[in-house]
Amino acid sequence: MSDLVRDEGGVLTAPHVLEYPYRRSVGPVLGRFFTALRDGRLVGVKTAKGRVLVPPAEYDPETGAAVSDAFVDVGPGGVVTTWSWVSRPRAKQPLDRPFAWALIRLDGADTAMLHAVDAGEPSRMKTGMRVVPRWRAERVGHIGDIECFQPEGE
Amino acid sequence: MREVAIVSFAQAPNARRELRNEVEILMPVVQEAVARSGIERPFDFTCSGSSDFLQGQPFAFVMALDAAGAWPPIPESHVEMDGAWALYEAWVKIQTGQAETALVYAFGKSSPGDLPEVLATQLDPYVLAPLWPDAVSLAALQARAYLEKSGHSERDLAEVAARSRRSAKSNPNATVSGDYEVEKLLATPHIADPLRVHDCAPVCDGAVAMVLVAGDRARKVCERPAWIRGIDHRIEPHSLGARDLTVSVSTRLAAEKAGVGRGAVDVAELHAPFTHQELILRDALGLGANVKVNPSGGALCANPMMAAGLARIGEAASRIWDGSARRAVAHATSGPCLQQNLVCVLEGA
Repeated sequence: MSDLVRDEGGVLTAPHVLEYPYRRSVGPVLGRFFTALRDGRLVGVKTAKGRVLVPPAEYDPETGAAVSDAFVDVGPGGVVTTWSWVSRPRAKQPLDRPFAWALIRLDGADTAMLHAVDAGEPSRMKTGMRVVPRWRAERVGHIGDIECFQPEGE
Repeated sequence: MREVAIVSFAQAPNARRELRNEVEILMPVVQEAVARSGIERPFDFTCSGSSDFLQGQPFAFVMALDAAGAWPPIPESHVEMDGAWALYEAWVKIQTGQAETALVYAFGKSSPGDLPEVLATQLDPYVLAPLWPDAVSLAALQARAYLEKSGHSERDLAEVAARSRRSAKSNPNATVSGDYEVEKLLATPHIADPLRVHDCAPVCDGAVAMVLVAGDRARKVCERPAWIRGIDHRIEPHSLGARDLTVSVSTRLAAEKAGVGRGAVDVAELHAPFTHQELILRDALGLGANVKVNPSGGALCANPMMAAGLARIGEAASRIWDGSARRAVAHATSGPCLQQNLVCVLEGA
């Protein structure tokens, strides 16, 4: 009998954990993005047409063609292209106080990325406003290395 | 193209919280659709749509086969998508000549979980899902982008909600229905600014089933079959920030391929779980002011996850059967912010 199976008064029990117990590689393109995040930088990738995708992707979403191998530094600041307000954050979300979700087009990028903006209240949010990332002190190469964005100049 | 028609449709009551399990919800719905079809079991093909993520266990759809009846063995398939895509697979199967009849069903029991959070698991697993953006917040990003670009207002959205709920008064399977004043709706607080409760589809548990039959056999069992005269589906990039969220490129393309513009449209059933999405879809489908949109109340009044798109096709077919439409358009969506869209054109003759 396996060590995991226990006899509890004649009833056999065994643990069941719902999980995907394997590791994934993020590949050569997102890998560059996450490595840069760990170093406190933001990078995008150029498509064959010269557009800069942030977050980078392996293929140009417009044409399906493979992207070039040209990575460029972007940001760190950017512009909010649209936003919504979360008055009651869920436990797993980036901030534990009311915040905005925003699509942010970083300086030098042609696409926008999603992140949280710590603005305090919705009256301080506006499409077109400038925001900058707030980095975590300890970074591991994950989208959460950016704790959130905040209004520029704070 | 082989002629294929929808000859029957049934759906569950779309309760906010079902005490029955998925098989128990589905079984009477399947039995009703089969009985109304006039087709004897076994069907040449059976195809279903559902999501393991709602049940929280792998291959959960296999249990649902108890409701369809899988003994003696039947040719069967499943899509981890809204049932509208199961209908598409069944339509393709009939086109290949391998089937003449097909049973299509879909189900979703969302009430045991936190649906807006569960839906975050469908996102890009590297840069989106780890942030846990809930589905309502993402729709709100799209709503603001659309309102600011189009010049529409939150009042326009409330009017979509009020009209939908009024239409749903004649739908016995609606989760939400009734007469609501736009002013009072606008006085309620935002739940994800700029969206309010009435801008978002209610969470409910439900199931849908229908029967497809090819050619002359459809004419034998159905007085006025709802013929599928065009069907197509298209998808957009998974990166939200790489899309123009204010338009639905994939719907427009699917509509062109399905031939929506080849004739006048009497009725359109649009799968718009958020009010602003109805406005985006009307534009993408090129629907004029004379088209009756969502006489059932649409997904804003009953949105069984994984089945609401298939329900749109069933509701559109019902308008063909009752003679109130000669030509109807049904639409189904999947993914965040109208990422993937299916368009189906139905005709009565």
